[in-house]
Amino acid sequence: MTREIIVDREQMRMIKELMEVSFVLLETALYLNTHPNDERALRLHNNTSSQYAQLKEMYQARYGPLTNQGMSRYPWSYINDPWPWDMDFNNV
Amino acid sequence: MWIYEKKLQYPVRVDTTNPRLAAMIIEQFGGADGELSAGIRYLTQRWSMPNNRAIATLNDIGTEELAHWEIIGTLVYKLTKDATIDQVKGTPFEAHYVNHGKGLYTHDASGNPWIAAYYNVKGDPIADLHEDMAAEEKARATYEWLINISDDPGVTDTLRFLREREIVHFQRFGEALRIVQEQLETKKYY
Ligand SMILES: [Fe+2]
Repeated sequence: MTREIIVDREQMRMIKELMEVSFVLLETALYLNTHPNDERALRLHNNTSSQYAQLKEMYQARYGPLTNQGMSRYPWSYINDPWPWDMDFNNV
Repeated sequence: MWIYEKKLQYPVRVDTTNPRLAAMIIEQFGGADGELSAGIRYLTQRWSMPNNRAIATLNDIGTEELAHWEIIGTLVYKLTKDATIDQVKGTPFEAHYVNHGKGLYTHDASGNPWIAAYYNVKGDPIADLHEDMAAEEKARATYEWLINISDDPGVTDTLRFLREREIVHFQRFGEALRIVQEQLETKKYY
């Protein structure tokens, strides 16, 4: 049994951007964990964090919650496709 | 606690169905130096770390490893989901298929199931951080061997990303080790 998944190009473009910003955040966080007094890295982290919050809000308004703590239109859209392993990043 | 975010850490691309390659990549799903071992190792070692920087490092790298485990699972899934029985037959994936079908399972490329003995917690931060640094190098080496046998450009791209992450983790664990060593030195002399 396989599920048929229809992937929206624009959604893939947006989530890819979100993934990129989220990766920068992880890198700055891991670095700051061992260098908590590096002010420049902290500034980069904070700026990226606010950028991430904005992108996440835009994405969720359009495609539903990324986590089960988010708000959803009716009906509950957290369960909607695509789950991460079904996302198709070819030609995005 | 953890909250799941419905996204991968890296945009995984797979170009063609390839059960043979999937059967090799599963090494990093349930093998000794795979992503599951890494995640469980770091997250379990957190409790006996002596300072906040080391705790945070293990916490966040351990969490990232679970995201890598998900990436590896996604590679295996994408490489096999459209495979016909004829494409499975005669490949090393056939042995996986007769037990698990196209489901994923945590075993290594030779079929050995994942076991907790793949990692340890000594409760000694110097010993544990050395284990972590060695684990990162072993994972890096595994990715190199996998890159050598990969004939799918999309898969190779993801394997290269994961290989790079092991190098970054090695660096961060080295810093955490130095911080712990300095802490122990200070205790000795003052
Ligand atoms: Fe790692």
